[in-house]
This record gives sequence, C-alpha cells and structure tokens, in this order.
Amino acid sequence: MATTRTRVSSFSHNVSSLKSSQHPGLKNGPNGTTFISSGISDLDKILGGGFSLGSLVMIMEDAEAPHHMLLLRNFMSQGLLHRQPLLYASPSKDPRAFLGTLPSPGSSKDDTSHKPSHEKDLRIAWQYKKYFGEPQLNINTNNGGHHDYCNDLDLRKPLERHFFTSNNVDCVSIQNSPNLDALKDRCAEFLAQFSRNEGSISSAGRIAIQSFCSPQCKYSDMEWHMLSFIRSLKGMARSSNVVVVATFPPSLLSPSCSKRLQHMADTLLSVRAIPDEDKELAKLLTGYQDMVGLLNVHKVARLNTQVPVILDATTFSIKLQKRRFLVFECLNQAPVDGSGGSSYGNSGVCSTSTKAGPLDF
Amino acid sequence: MEHQGLNLMDQALGFHSNVTQQPWPLCGRFVLVEDCVDTSGAFVLHHILKRSFTSRPSSAVIFLAFAHPINHYDRVLRKLGCNLSSQRDNGRFFFLDMLMLQCPVEGKPKHDGLATVFEKIERAISELHPENKKFVTVVIDDISCLEVAANGSSNDVLDFLHYCYTLTSENGYALVALNHQDIYSDGERPAFMLEIEYLADILVKVDPLATGLAKDVHGQVMVLNKETQKQQGISSIKVQNFHFKIKENNIEYFYAGTRT
Repeated sequence: MATTRTRVSSFSHNVSSLKSSQHPGLKNGPNGTTFISSGISDLDKILGGGFSLGSLVMIMEDAEAPHHMLLLRNFMSQGLLHRQPLLYASPSKDPRAFLGTLPSPGSSKDDTSHKPSHEKDLRIAWQYKKYFGEPQLNINTNNGGHHDYCNDLDLRKPLERHFFTSNNVDCVSIQNSPNLDALKDRCAEFLAQFSRNEGSISSAGRIAIQSFCSPQCKYSDMEWHMLSFIRSLKGMARSSNVVVVATFPPSLLSPSCSKRLQHMADTLLSVRAIPDEDKELAKLLTGYQDMVGLLNVHKVARLNTQVPVILDATTFSIKLQKRRFLVFECLNQAPVDGSGGSSYGNSGVCSTSTKAGPLDF
Repeated sequence: MEHQGLNLMDQALGFHSNVTQQPWPLCGRFVLVEDCVDTSGAFVLHHILKRSFTSRPSSAVIFLAFAHPINHYDRVLRKLGCNLSSQRDNGRFFFLDMLMLQCPVEGKPKHDGLATVFEKIERAISELHPENKKFVTVVIDDISCLEVAANGSSNDVLDFLHYCYTLTSENGYALVALNHQDIYSDGERPAFMLEIEYLADILVKVDPLATGLAKDVHGQVMVLNKETQKQQGISSIKVQNFHFKIKENNIEYFYAGTRT
C-alpha cells in the first residue's frame, strides 16, 4: 500500500512540476488533457488534478439536501476568479441572483492540515495508515491570491461583484422553457468560442447546469429529450476547452434514465445528506457532528486512455471547516469492538440511495 | 504481442495460435460486450480492434463512434501498439463519427436516421479495396447511445442491428458492439437487452469484482461463446471466467487468484 501512496503523490508532483506556460487556471494533465480546478482543493486531489477540459461532470443530487449547490458554487466561483467565462443555467426564475451567493477567496486556513486534530493520532495503530503519505499530498502552493490554481473559497464571503458583472457570465433560466432546445443552442454558441485546435489553449470556459431535470421544468417527463440534450452537450464539449458540470436528482427519474446519464458522465459524483442526531452513525464514524453530508466519487474521467482510476476511497465526508471552507475527508471508522467492517483501503462503491441507512463503505 | 502466444481473452473469443491457417474466428459472428457504470468494457473493443489489424494483414474496420471522438481511440490504440491514423490512410480504417447524430423526432419518418447510418456502413464497405474486403469488422460504440440518438425507439435500433448482423453474417464479416447492461436490468423493457443477447454469438460480460474495486484486479469477465459446428448441427456453449487488469499499453487477463 505504501508504494501505491507514493505513486499517487509522485503523480501529483509530476503534474504540478510540468511547465505551465499557460494560465494559472490551467494545469497539464496526463494523456494530453488539461485540468481546471473544481474550486475545492480536496476534490482536485481526489480526482488527480481537477476536471479535465472537454469532460462532462455529473453530480447526482440528494432530493433532501442542497449539497450539490456547494459544489456548484465553488466550481463557478473558481472559474470567475480565473476570468474563465461561465454559462449558468438553472430552473429558478432569476439565475443571476444566485451569483450573489458565490464564495470569495478567504484568508487561508490557520491549520495547515485538514486532518482531525492530533489527539486522534493516539488512536489505534491501524488507523495510522490513513495518515501515511498524506502530508506529501497536502502540499499547498496557495498564497491565497488570485493567481492560484485553486483558491480556498469562503462560503460566507460573497464574491466581489466586479467578477460577474462583466460579460463573462451568461445566465439562462430553464423554468419556462418548453424544452431544452434553447439551452442547447446557447450552449452551442458558448462552446463554439472555445473549440479546440492543435495549438496551446488560450482560454477555458465553464458551463454549470443546475437540476436540468427538476420537476419545475415543463419538459421534465421527456426523458429521451433530456438524454439527447446531455448527449449532444457531451459531444460538443469533447471538442472544446470547456468543462460542463450538470446536476440532476436521480430519484426523480426512472432508473434506466438515471443509469444512462451516469454512463454518459465522464466524471460522476453524488452527494448525500446525513441526518442530524443519528446515534448509530455517531457511533460508527468519528467526527460525525461536523459532517454535513457525504460525497461519493463513482467515476473519474479518463479521456484518451483506457486505464480506469481506482481510488483508495470513494466516499468522503463533506465538512465545513470553520463553517466557511468546504473540505472533503476520508471517512474515519470509529474503533468498534471487533465487529468486522469492510477493509478501508478498497471500499466498494456506495449505492446512491437517498436513505442514509447503514452505510456501505 | 501475438508472438507471445494468446491470452485468455483471445482463447475465449476463439483465436488460434496459428493465425494464418485457421479462419478468423469472428467471421460472420456478432460479439456483444456488456458492461456497467462501475466497470467499463471499452477495453474489450480496443482489444478486438487491435487484433483485427494485427492478426490479418488484409482486414478492415468500420467504426461507428457514438461515445468518443477519434482522438481518444487514436491515443488509446497507439499505446496498445496500433496506429489508427496510418490504418485510415491505408484505407483499412473507417471512422464514422456519430457523436452528434440525432434522428429527427417528428416530420420525417423515424427510420430515416438509422437507415442513412446503415447506408454509410454499406458505402464504406463498398469503397474498400477488394483486398481489404475479406475480413471486415464493424464496431459499434455503443448501443445505448445509439438508442438515445434514435430518440428511444428500440424497434428502430433492433432493426438496425438486425440489418448489420445480416450484412456481416452473410459476408463473413464480424460485428462487435458494446452495450451497458445495467441500464436494462432495472426492469424496464428487459426484452430489448434479451433480444440483442439472443442475436449475439459471443457474449462478453464485464463486471466489477463482487468484493468491490481494487487496484490490482479491475474486474471480472465472463465470455460465453456459442459455438456451432454447422456440419454436425451441434451447438455447444463455452463459458469462460477470468479477471483482468487494464494498463496503458496492455491488458492482462488471468484466472481468479492467479495474479502474481
């Protein structure tokens, strides 16, 4: 396992040491791909660098909690900080109002590690494996300025207006649209600005589509229509320097439609709420009180390669550090007296049930 | 690679070590690859693509791409030791980019869309050099995207597949297609999947390990080969199970528990 860890960390070293004669918002990835930051440094690390340009990221929502909005906010804000044009679509009447909730870079966190405090190091030795190699991955080149690849975004500090009053941001409301054709055309126009050619990348763009199949939308029962929208969006995005992030609530779609969307995604994430005051979970997990939800990484984009990405862990807890900064942490199983539990290192893929019953690690 | 002998996948698909003397095992056969979200089966397509080019000097491939653009396949196959660009220049590789194909919903009759796709395949085959026409492989990646392009009309998709199968089986060509079986396993219209499985001669099912994801073993494969000895009229079904690990320049296949 130790060799696996160092391999991962040396990969991230390689990536960051590659000559980036580009924009600070871009990072070279493997196999000729380029990464942009998701706006959450933990997520960038988990995904091996960030979101690949040309990929489609889908986030499966939990109908009971708005955690997907946290991811969207950070994604959109990071793009605006890097002056990457943004197209935002949402089923609300006034999507532009959402821009006022985007986070701004905060003052960097005081403690250098996101890990639980040192008293936890005194716990049982087999838990120590989780910390082994982590300091290497924690290298943060952030100065807190706007020139960092990924900023520490403070969700309680709104983004300065000048970032989104310029013409970089296009907002579309899909609430009253009879179908997705208008949005598809807007996306096509946006993507045309970033079509990829063989030369170096001059600029990247971001598309954020929130809950495109929410029941408020008139076309929400036209499943094949929605599927063909996503398929054509994916096709157009592949040949452009844009990352598309789309969220959808799988519980409101038929299972086969949801599975088709999951297959179409290059990177597939899901967020789940966890109930407050759940005594069983509190016994099972350490740090339960600070968790607001769970993040599952089902699939990581592998463009131009056939090798799958196998993560050490696929479920992470969503925490708000100091109630401002979004962090993802590996789940830490509380010491229980001998009752089995699956092996940490290779946790199975979690189901995306909305019920937070007994967790499947 | 082929000098090193055949791996488990090759054996399961029916490849022989003495390629020049035996007929190509995929002649006139339909290989259906099934996978799921957790474990992608695209590597099987890459494997067959590479085998098509390297085992026979005069073979051709018609590739219908619904999922990825050509750059993706070019890079992947290049690492596997197969240069798609030069095959294309030699007239042995036809890439039909169907990423943006969308059949018209109303107005024009629906089967216009898929019928034109079939015509493109026929035209590509007719444009082949007569030498390269002996062993043609038609690859479809993937059927579920084809369904979306056909606006969910599974009848049209089935008709299209039947047409392709007739074309390939009558001319001794091979048909290879990828489909995502977990889309259909939830009960809606399982008949669609069953029909295609029935049509297939070789079924390759790719699944994750029952114990979850692992770095050393990426999943398990079950290959079901419906062999028919036409002379005797006997049909036998050969089933093989093994595990695999996907690397950049190679795919390793091994029996469960034998990974060194």
